[in-house]
Amino acid sequence: METLAAFAPALPEIILAAGAMVFLMLGVFSADNARTGVFIGWLTVLLMAGVAIMIGTGGAERVELFDGAFVVDAFSRFCKVLILGAAAVSLMLSFGYFERERIMKFEIPVLALLSTVGMFMMVSANDLISLYLGLELMSLALYVLAAVHRDSLRSSESGLKYFVLGALSSGMLLYGASLIYGFTGTTSFTALASTLQAGEAAQNLGLIVGLVFLLVGLAFKISAVPFHMWTPDVYEGAPTPVTAFFAGAPKVAAMALLLRVLHDAFPGMLFQWQQIIVFLSVASMLLGSFAAIGQTSIKRLMAFSSIANVGFILIGLAAGTQYGVSSVLIYLAIYVVMTLGSFAVVLAMRRANEMDETIGSLAGLSQTNLPLAVAFAALLFSLAGIPPLAGFFAKFYVLDAAIKAGLTPLAIIGVLASVVGAFYYLRLVKIMFFDAPGEAFTQAEPAVRWVFTLSALLVTFYVVYPAFLLDAAGTAARALVP
Amino acid sequence: MLTAVFFYLFAVLAIGSATMVIVARNPVHAVLFLILTFFNAAGLFILLGAEFLAMLLVIVYVGAVAVLFLFVVMMLDVDFAELRAGFINNAPIGLIVAGIVLIELVALFVTGAAGGLPASIPVPAPGVETLTNTEQIGRVLYTKYVYFFQAAGLVLLVAMIGAIVLTLRHRDGVKRQSIAAQNARTPATGLEVIKVPSGGSVFPASEGPR
Repeated sequence: METLAAFAPALPEIILAAGAMVFLMLGVFSADNARTGVFIGWLTVLLMAGVAIMIGTGGAERVELFDGAFVVDAFSRFCKVLILGAAAVSLMLSFGYFERERIMKFEIPVLALLSTVGMFMMVSANDLISLYLGLELMSLALYVLAAVHRDSLRSSESGLKYFVLGALSSGMLLYGASLIYGFTGTTSFTALASTLQAGEAAQNLGLIVGLVFLLVGLAFKISAVPFHMWTPDVYEGAPTPVTAFFAGAPKVAAMALLLRVLHDAFPGMLFQWQQIIVFLSVASMLLGSFAAIGQTSIKRLMAFSSIANVGFILIGLAAGTQYGVSSVLIYLAIYVVMTLGSFAVVLAMRRANEMDETIGSLAGLSQTNLPLAVAFAALLFSLAGIPPLAGFFAKFYVLDAAIKAGLTPLAIIGVLASVVGAFYYLRLVKIMFFDAPGEAFTQAEPAVRWVFTLSALLVTFYVVYPAFLLDAAGTAARALVP
Repeated sequence: MLTAVFFYLFAVLAIGSATMVIVARNPVHAVLFLILTFFNAAGLFILLGAEFLAMLLVIVYVGAVAVLFLFVVMMLDVDFAELRAGFINNAPIGLIVAGIVLIELVALFVTGAAGGLPASIPVPAPGVETLTNTEQIGRVLYTKYVYFFQAAGLVLLVAMIGAIVLTLRHRDGVKRQSIAAQNARTPATGLEVIKVPSGGSVFPASEGPR
């Protein structure tokens, strides 16, 4: 019999899940007001920080639990720390906004915490069943968060849209998983990988159809073109801090899950899934870059920017090598910092109590609020991939990995798409620095100011000490692709 | 032979009633056809020897979910004809896409192109044959699959919190019975002695002058 100590590798998940339930009870039996919500929100952030330290200082060996359904290794540790960081920062950004909008409830941090548990399960999934359960736990909490501003038509609409399309994608994913199970007789990633080692097994058409459906389901979650339709509407309709949450942690989790499935379960079908990933990557980069040009809402622009970034991340995945995996992880880490910083800027775009999320309202920001303008400019230059900012290195590593894997045409398309992308990022810089100024924004709350300042500093000075991230990503990649 | 007859009976009825669920004009009829679909699916489970799942399907889906649907359909005043209006416009494209996928999948599996995997179907654990269905599930659900069981529990918890967050509203001005307050009433708080002037009229202080 297993003793309780054998469950120690799953301790982070257990602590987060138990913490969510404790906070829920705490909230239910406290006064029903915004102060309870903010208090529990800060408790959640503290818990996340504690768990992140626990994971970061833990050992790095590979451990399988629950009959091989759950795996902990250096890769899962890297992604979990990143997810916790993104989730905690976007929670901190949210309190001021929710209080002003009078929708701060203690359930919001609890739902974010439960969704983080789901992301942890995705990152640690080693079985098709745990993959699905983790994905569903994460998504279900996200649907509710999108609709949390229930008196706003846009928020409810975005929640409903996300829910319906998410249910559709879950259906496709389950169909694919059932085909894979039907043809191989197993749901375990380890057993799948060993079954597919035989050359002709990977050629099996039924299995390929299953893999395609599985990838369609996952492509919905990372909003890769042509499964991106929900992204702009959901990003625009959901309350801004929720959008910041969507753009950070769930993207990391879904991408990590994709890496885990393709490299742990289907390494023998590299040729088959590489074509799919290359197509998704090219389509996402091109559509994301071109469609962002005509946008007037900064949230929609960020949605298309995230689609384009997903395209770039998929370049590293398409390479199918260890270097490719580490480049994806580096990109994800830098992308999270840039995105959260940009959303902190969006949250600072407020006059009195009125959010103004049009691009035009940024006009002449350098004259009314220079620190905000400089920080946003640094983030935009980084998103555009201009050296020596962090975003340049992120793009450099994925393109390098693609060229080393013999995917030079893909890398060329990537460079061209990033030129188009640079246009709309730089247009924002031009609006901020050279247009006639409008009315000044109200001073943002401290958390928002801290986040955009810190993220701008991080992307600017990443070049000084890149070794930390490179080493961590390298170790994580070695754990996934030996 | 008899099994085959029942299989086709259940399968045809299940597909037929499932079709009726989406084409029936009256939403109440649609829910009733849904119940018929569930019963036929339960029949299929019994043919497979999975009697526990069959009973579960009847108890949970027919007993709880379908009845709940029926309540919702009857209580909510939703104009289903209006909802359908957009559906008819989009139906041709949907049918074309569904048709293409169906033809592709049928072609794939009929031509046998999808066959030929090494047989890796797991053999049942020894000694399992003598156990009943329920015992077999019970043996793995809380041991081998305890992780999935707990995770499913968390998913349900999120669904519960979500439903409350999105729908519960605290209304002001609702009069609720407070037994403690009723018991705490004394003649001093509940009675009011008023002198009525002759020829005049009075009202209790709680109602105020009209």
